[in-house]
Amino acid sequence: MSAFERYGLSDDQLIWLLRNMLLQRTIDNRGFQLNRQGKIPFAAGSEGHEALQAGAALAFQRGKDILAGYYRDLGLFIGIGVTPEEALRSQFACASDLNGGRQFPHHFSKKSIGLVSMSSVIAAHCTHAVGIAYALKYRGEEGRAVLCSFGDGATSQGEWHEALNFASVHHLPIVFLCENNGLAISVPLRKQMAIDNVSERAAAYGIPGTTFDGLDPLVSYDTVKRALDRARRGDGPSLIEGKVHRYLGHTTDDDDRTYRTREEVAELRKRDPVPTYEAFLVKHGILGQAQIEALRKEILREIDEATDRAEAEPLPAPSELYTNVWEGEARPWW
Amino acid sequence: MVVSAPSSVVNNVEAVRLTLYEALKSDPNVVLLGEDIGARGNVFLITKGFLEEFGPQRIIDTPLAEAAIVGVAVGMAMEGLRPIAEIQFADFIYPAFNQIVGEAAKTRYRSNGDYTCPLVIRTPYGGGIRGALSHSVSVEALFYHVPGLKIVAPSTPADIKGLLTTAIEDPDPVLFLEHKKTYRLIKGELPAGRYTIPLGKADVKKQGDDLSVISYGFYVHQALDAARELEREGISVEVIDLRSIRPMDKTTILESVKKTRKVLILHEDNKFGGIGAEISAMLVEEAFFELDAPIRRLCGPDVPPMGYARTLENEYMISTERMAQAMRELARF
Repeated sequence: MSAFERYGLSDDQLIWLLRNMLLQRTIDNRGFQLNRQGKIPFAAGSEGHEALQAGAALAFQRGKDILAGYYRDLGLFIGIGVTPEEALRSQFACASDLNGGRQFPHHFSKKSIGLVSMSSVIAAHCTHAVGIAYALKYRGEEGRAVLCSFGDGATSQGEWHEALNFASVHHLPIVFLCENNGLAISVPLRKQMAIDNVSERAAAYGIPGTTFDGLDPLVSYDTVKRALDRARRGDGPSLIEGKVHRYLGHTTDDDDRTYRTREEVAELRKRDPVPTYEAFLVKHGILGQAQIEALRKEILREIDEATDRAEAEPLPAPSELYTNVWEGEARPWW
Repeated sequence: MVVSAPSSVVNNVEAVRLTLYEALKSDPNVVLLGEDIGARGNVFLITKGFLEEFGPQRIIDTPLAEAAIVGVAVGMAMEGLRPIAEIQFADFIYPAFNQIVGEAAKTRYRSNGDYTCPLVIRTPYGGGIRGALSHSVSVEALFYHVPGLKIVAPSTPADIKGLLTTAIEDPDPVLFLEHKKTYRLIKGELPAGRYTIPLGKADVKKQGDDLSVISYGFYVHQALDAARELEREGISVEVIDLRSIRPMDKTTILESVKKTRKVLILHEDNKFGGIGAEISAMLVEEAFFELDAPIRRLCGPDVPPMGYARTLENEYMISTERMAQAMRELARF
């Protein structure tokens, strides 16, 4: 067993990170399989983002922090308290889905754990996150922070800039976490911005900006934790950017062969965070290869069973279309 | 120091100001955010003195970014505050369109009630004040198509107080439209004490038998002037002030139309696809056989907003005389 920087994490926490990453990948793959089987109309994957999200989820303080995330944050969602079965119910749009089968997969909210409602409009949630952080500060709630995550594409939106500016003016307890996979659907980074790192933009708002290796769960944990701690201490916002990969298409409706070669993807896969972290744990004697195989099998069985249960759940009744437009009866005429 | 006198005569600006003041006094979760609402006290002086009394945490002078004003307010509302966002002029609301239509109005629906968005967005709208292309527009038709959003456009101090109080306490987002020509021109009794007026309830501002005029905002006052003029000619005009645009008070409209059997709809906003189109369609669907004359709409012309030149603005706005003439023609039909 060799020494390594474990950032204060216990063996159990190191294994928790792998478990989260494997869950993400298994649920992701399940979504794509179900779509190809014609069972669900749509899925979006986060393959390549697993390490960053596992690390960020571990840094998130359950019961205290708030997450305003985006649709590619499955690992963060399950890492802060969404169950795998809830994720699958969202894929099947069950009546028992967190939002009653209304939202696209993985767009759910769960207020009881601090997971904020989102739309698919990119960066629209960033100002919401700022408003929530304002409310925390306004009420004098100490030790709480908002984690606002988004992709590199979001950082081209005017509202993204407005959010960072507002947060910085008011010195709010918020962390802006960019999951930079280098693609806004098909548009590569060099066509999105004339800089190499999103984090460079932090300087314009007078807040710290850091770029980190989002393929490394430990570095991700450490970076997100330090930024969250800073926010919780009342030291203000920061912008942190994890460089990650996106191995799948944007969604099941996207054919990424139209804008990148298989060779490019194969090259990225060489640094795939899941096997890389598995090898890391084996190398440092945290887990044996057989234990990892057993963990993979256990997770696959868990997701198989959750899939079967979710598939058997009823869909929302047609009458559910009409509820929760407003509080009470929602008639345009009175 | 803002003082709320017992029942007094005030203008519309003062009515907004006193109502906001009461809300800030009575609920610590109420915060105001907008451009120039702090030291400047808002461009119409609606929030004058608030910064000193309630402090910068509650009276938030925002960066000049309308999408952020509404977006941040949406987040505050989701987290339990009662934000009142101000868009300085309705003409500047477009950058916040997604936040209002795509986010605030859909928060409760998309989360199936997990999250709500109790938010008021106040904005001065309307012309006739030499506001030119970017300080004169009416925006209600752009928003009234949107389920999940409520829209209020009161015309008198008493209605402003009752409806704004209701809007602030409403559990869902409300777009509160204040006609800026009425701000200092219109004065009226402001009842003392706290009271509310339900959203979705029109007010018959004048009873009449020969025709029904349906309007809201500044034109209500001109319609009343015209109606009083016609009274001397022996024509009895009923004037309905919608007050709420969504939800809209069908009951009051139908009751009135069944009595008078003739309808004139008046609004400053463009005619095509305007509020009057929806009222007309509803009347044709539900009161076709009650009508003795075709529905008449007298509305803003279908041009981009009124020009700056006096002649262009006058041509856009509908004079009291034109309103009176339309009423006469309809009465004679």
